Order: sequence, then C-alpha cells, then structure tokens
Amino acid sequence: MSVLLGENGAGKSTLMRIACGLAQPSSGSVTLHGTLGYMAHATMLYDELTGMENLSYFAQLYGLTDSACIAAISAVGLDPALARHVRDYSQGMRQRLSLARAILNEPEILLLDEPFSNVDIASTSQMAKLLGELRDRGKTLLVITHQPAALSKVADEYIVLREGRITERSRTLTEVWA
Amino acid sequence: MTLWAATRANLIKDLRLEWRSKDALNATGFFSLLVVVIFSFSFEPTAEEARRIAGGLIWVAFLFAAIIALNQTWARELRHHVLDGYRLSPAPASALFLGKALGNFIFVAAVEAITAPLFIIFYNLRAVGDASLLILVFLFGTWALVVNGTFFAALSIRTRNREVMLPLLLFPISVPAVLAMVQATTFILTGDDSPLLWIKLLIGYDVIFTTAGLLLFPTVLNAE
Repeated sequence: MSVLLGENGAGKSTLMRIACGLAQPSSGSVTLHGTLGYMAHATMLYDELTGMENLSYFAQLYGLTDSACIAAISAVGLDPALARHVRDYSQGMRQRLSLARAILNEPEILLLDEPFSNVDIASTSQMAKLLGELRDRGKTLLVITHQPAALSKVADEYIVLREGRITERSRTLTEVWA
Repeated sequence: MTLWAATRANLIKDLRLEWRSKDALNATGFFSLLVVVIFSFSFEPTAEEARRIAGGLIWVAFLFAAIIALNQTWARELRHHVLDGYRLSPAPASALFLGKALGNFIFVAAVEAITAPLFIIFYNLRAVGDASLLILVFLFGTWALVVNGTFFAALSIRTRNREVMLPLLLFPISVPAVLAMVQATTFILTGDDSPLLWIKLLIGYDVIFTTAGLLLFPTVLNAE
C-alpha cells in the first residue's frame, strides 16, 4: 500500500485518472499488471437508487451476480438490505458505498482518491482496517489522502508529489513530514 | 459481457431512475399538452384543412418535446461522475448508447401515446388513408428522433451550453426524417398519395443513423 501525499494541485488526482485511463497523459504511458478498481472524489453512484441497486447495476456491467454486491457492501460495513436511496445516505455511508463499488470486481490494483473525506473518525478507522485487510490479501493499493495518519498502521510507503513530480519517498510518515 | 446484457442493464436502470424521478416524463408530457392546447386555440381549420396541417403540427410538437427529454438524458450520468464508472467497466460503450436510446424511445413514445389521441379529438381528425400505417410512421419516426437525439446529446454533454447546442446539432440532421414523418402522416390522413415511399425513407434513415451512432459512440464517450 502506497500513500500519495501532496498539496492541492500537485497532480495526485490527475495521476490517478491517467492510471485509470480516464485521462490522457501529455507524454509517457502507464502499464497496469492486473484488474483495476477506482474510487474517485465523486461517488460514481446514482442518488435515486438504493445501495444494492447501484452495485447490482455495476455488477451486471462486470458480468457479476448479486452475491458479489452483497459481499462488497457487507465488507464496507453497510447493510445490503438497506432500502434507503443513496441521496438519503450520510456522506460517510456514501464514501463506504463508493469503496464497495470500487472493490466489487475483486480488483488486483485499487486506486483510492480521498477515501476518508467527510468521514467520521470511527468510519475512517473501519475503512483503514478494511484497506489493510485488502493489502494483506495481496492487493496493490495506491491511496491519496490528506489524513495519512489514518493509514499509519497499514501503509507500506509514503510518496510526496510536487508539481507533478515525486519529490520524496519513505517507508515512514515521520520521514516524509520531516 | 455481451452487448445485449449490458444494454438491458442500462435500459432497466434508466427506466428505474425515470420512474423514481419522472424528470423527463413530466416535462415532456406537460410541454406536449401545452402545444396541443395552444395549437387548437390558434387554428380553427375545417376537417379537410386539419388533415393537411395535422402531420406538421404533431411532429413539430413531438420534436420539441423530445428535445426536453433528450437534454436530460445524460445529466444524471454526469452527476457524481457515474459516467466514469461506466467507462472503467468492461461493458461495451455502444450498450450505453443503445440502452439510453431505447429508454428515450419508451419515454417519448409514452408521451406520444397520451398526446396523439388528444390531438385527434381537438382537431376532429379522421384518416382517409390506411390509418394502421400511422403506427409504423410513429414507431420509425420516434426512433429517428431519439437515436440521433441521444447521440447528439452525448456529443454536447461536455459543452457549456449543452441545452442550446442539442437543438442546433439535432434539427439540421433531422430534416430528412421530419420531412418523411410529416409527408407520410399527411398522406395517410388525406389519402392523397401512398405514404410507403416516405415510410421506406424513414426506415433507411433509422438504419443509417442507428449504425452510425453505434459505431461512433465509443469515441464520443471516451473523448476528453
């Protein structure tokens, strides 16, 4: 698990969108060795559908069944039977459902852009634990966050990006902040 | 993931979203009813005159009503960047286009099914020609409007004035189809001539623009 740090405008989200193929690089290329899951700033979910309906739609696009949706929603600590529409979810619940959508197809590489934004402390800690479990199962994770301390127990390295370039790389958060 | 399976998933999702929000149906239905009422107050034609002008009036009303539905068709895909989620999936891009076009066809056809009888009542219309052919004209005519409209709405999705852009792109390219719809409808109502040539033209138009839409949509979807 690598944590990508940097000031606003450093190019972190752009790097992630290029890695996903959602944006074209002005030069260079990205090669991915494995299936991809992406959690963006935006939730990529329909407000008028329930959590299960949202994931069921994406599951069909991936050729998966509803059992994959139930597993993903349960993994992030939400109730698959919740009949509430996503527009009535709290911000923390939306973030967790967005993470469920990203891990739905059991990707080998997971790119997460600000997974903890507007999430309360308890949910942040729960999500960090889940990310640690995914790492332990052999997944590769690249996480952008302004709350690196939340991942201090599970992150393998910290990378600092400035003006689109890597300026620091360390195994501990204190070395990067120093 | 087959084209049909992904198209079905997109269609069901769009129908479910529209059923819950009723954004397109309410706006389109209300607009169509207004047009019918305004036209009925503006003209007081004889039965013969009504048959001659009804084809033009009804298709102009449906064309403008369709624009309202089509303008909203991609809006909910942009909200929360759901479209990016689709782009990341292995589902074929053309399935999204086809699902949306079928959904729009159902919405516009539903509005037509409500408005057309009112039009008949207000104008006291009776077809002199084969009225059953009107079903063909409405099916192929509606598909001509929505298939191009869905494509051009996607094309204008990232423009600042997309609500203005859609009619500017759609109207010129729809001229042959609208001409065929109006002429076929008028000939069926008046019985002056056979509408078959115009219906064939409409079918040809549908085949060409459906094929073009399916082939070009992946490029439109992934354009930055």
